Amino acid sequence: MSEINSVGIVAPQTAHFKEALPLKSGGSLAQYDLVYETYGTLNADKSNAVLICHALSGNHHVAGIYSENDKYPGWWDNFIGPGKALDTNKFFVIGLNNLGGCHGSSGPSSINPETGKPWGSAFPIVTVEDWVNSQARLLDYLGIRQLAAVVGGSLGGMQCLQWTIAYPARVRHALIIASAPNLTAQNMAFNEVARQAIITDPEFHGGDYYEHGVVPRRGLRIARMLGHITYLSDDVMGEKFGRKLKDTIKYSFDVEFEMESYLRYQGDKFAGSFDANTYLRMTRALDYYDPALAYGGDLSQALSSAQAEFLIVSFTSDWRFSPARSREIVKALLDNESKVSYAEVTAEHGHDAFLMPDLHYHAILRSYLEKIEIGG
Amino acid sequence: MQNNVNVTNFRQDFAIIANWVQFGAKVLDLGCGDGQLLRFLGGSLEVKGYGVEKDDGNVLNCVANGTNVIQMDLEDGLSGFENQSFDTVILSQTLQAMHNTENIVNEMLRVGREVIVTFPNFGYWRNRMQIIAGRMPVSKTLPYQWFDTPNVHLCTINDFDDFCKNHNIEILQRKVITEGKEVTLFPNVLGNLAMYRLKSRKAI
Repeated sequence: MSEINSVGIVAPQTAHFKEALPLKSGGSLAQYDLVYETYGTLNADKSNAVLICHALSGNHHVAGIYSENDKYPGWWDNFIGPGKALDTNKFFVIGLNNLGGCHGSSGPSSINPETGKPWGSAFPIVTVEDWVNSQARLLDYLGIRQLAAVVGGSLGGMQCLQWTIAYPARVRHALIIASAPNLTAQNMAFNEVARQAIITDPEFHGGDYYEHGVVPRRGLRIARMLGHITYLSDDVMGEKFGRKLKDTIKYSFDVEFEMESYLRYQGDKFAGSFDANTYLRMTRALDYYDPALAYGGDLSQALSSAQAEFLIVSFTSDWRFSPARSREIVKALLDNESKVSYAEVTAEHGHDAFLMPDLHYHAILRSYLEKIEIGG
Repeated sequence: MQNNVNVTNFRQDFAIIANWVQFGAKVLDLGCGDGQLLRFLGGSLEVKGYGVEKDDGNVLNCVANGTNVIQMDLEDGLSGFENQSFDTVILSQTLQAMHNTENIVNEMLRVGREVIVTFPNFGYWRNRMQIIAGRMPVSKTLPYQWFDTPNVHLCTINDFDDFCKNHNIEILQRKVITEGKEVTLFPNVLGNLAMYRLKSRKAI
């Protein structure tokens, strides 16, 4: 499927790191792989690099396709490409799969070089801070000292925030979309239910299910179904499905309503392609991230070292990462007199809105990115 | 406090506002539109400026212009802003369109060490003439018909003076202008645009 303004056919690359990465949990990863893709061209003074940080279920395949007949472009293809809001004629865009992932970077389902077997439960719990440190090493590997921008939504937005805290001199702009400075108790509660669904699946085997030749499909499926409910707004679910029946009522526990059919489809699709151990770790990374914690809950202090300029975007119907949470980030940045703009986009799609090609939303991103100056 | 500012291409009241804002100040412009005033102040006074704006199109223009803008509805107050966290908070020709007028003025005085408010003087003689002629005033500063106007709380200079007195607000400076020229004689009759520099008498 070739599309206008597509980056076209792309291929992932792998960077291998031999220097141990210290982890926030206290351990370290002796060596690891990071899989990444790039779009556009790095300019001579290397001032046009943009890093995309992915959310819970994302990966390095952000834009483009893998073959002429590939029907499924990268997960943020509507945003990235020549002439698109994130214009690859101007910027050199990097997408990577985070540590603990299941798309090629070192994670629970990849082979532990020390044992020759899948890591499974032995793969450490990685945090947003660890990810950002590993991303900085990927930039070192690519010879990029400073990012023109770091962009991410949801959990990806948390990584952007962490970039500005941990590497203030290495990031000029941070675009933080549908995110939060930490999770609320309710938000963490959804994660806990999702994890419990996975962990109590009889085929979980304490996380070492690979060697049993099974996967905790049922648990992962339920976790994803729950997630999907929280990513949509009540309104959009009502509009999309309402109380529509699949057929006539059969007084059974089979699929009766359209909504059930949608959730089951999403759950099945995800359970067939994603790793349960990765899901556990991604939700934990979300739970743990709380940069203000080290400052007695004072986010302004946590962000006081940031030098980047910020664009914060939220969506009115997003109740999992509500506009109020984005405004907390804005407030902290105002306290520090950082340069910041905040757009609260009227959208009906809930948390999922950050991946939708809404015209106004993309116009905001495009206008902001167009203002970013790059060298030659 | 006098700054020498080149105002040729900007709105007439901008020059007076610029004279009331200190060099390098932290400024919040409420209802900032496309950010014109902030860019003016940023260019001439190097202020650290932030705009607040509700309208999507204006927010987009601010982003495109490189003006810091926070999208929110002023009617909800300024809850995201700390007490006395700005040197100057400006409400330029928006007061008359606010529903929650008392609240926003109090909020401005809470957030800003100084506040600048400008509004069209309803007591201007041309408005009075139109009322006497039996019509709601329509003019350059009040360009709307009675049925489509966003202006819900029009007031005169005398009204606003009373408002300040009754709300414990100190008027640091007041200027009244018509066609860009300052009016000192019968300002509530001859003045078209009222401009106030205010601060709270209350401890915040």
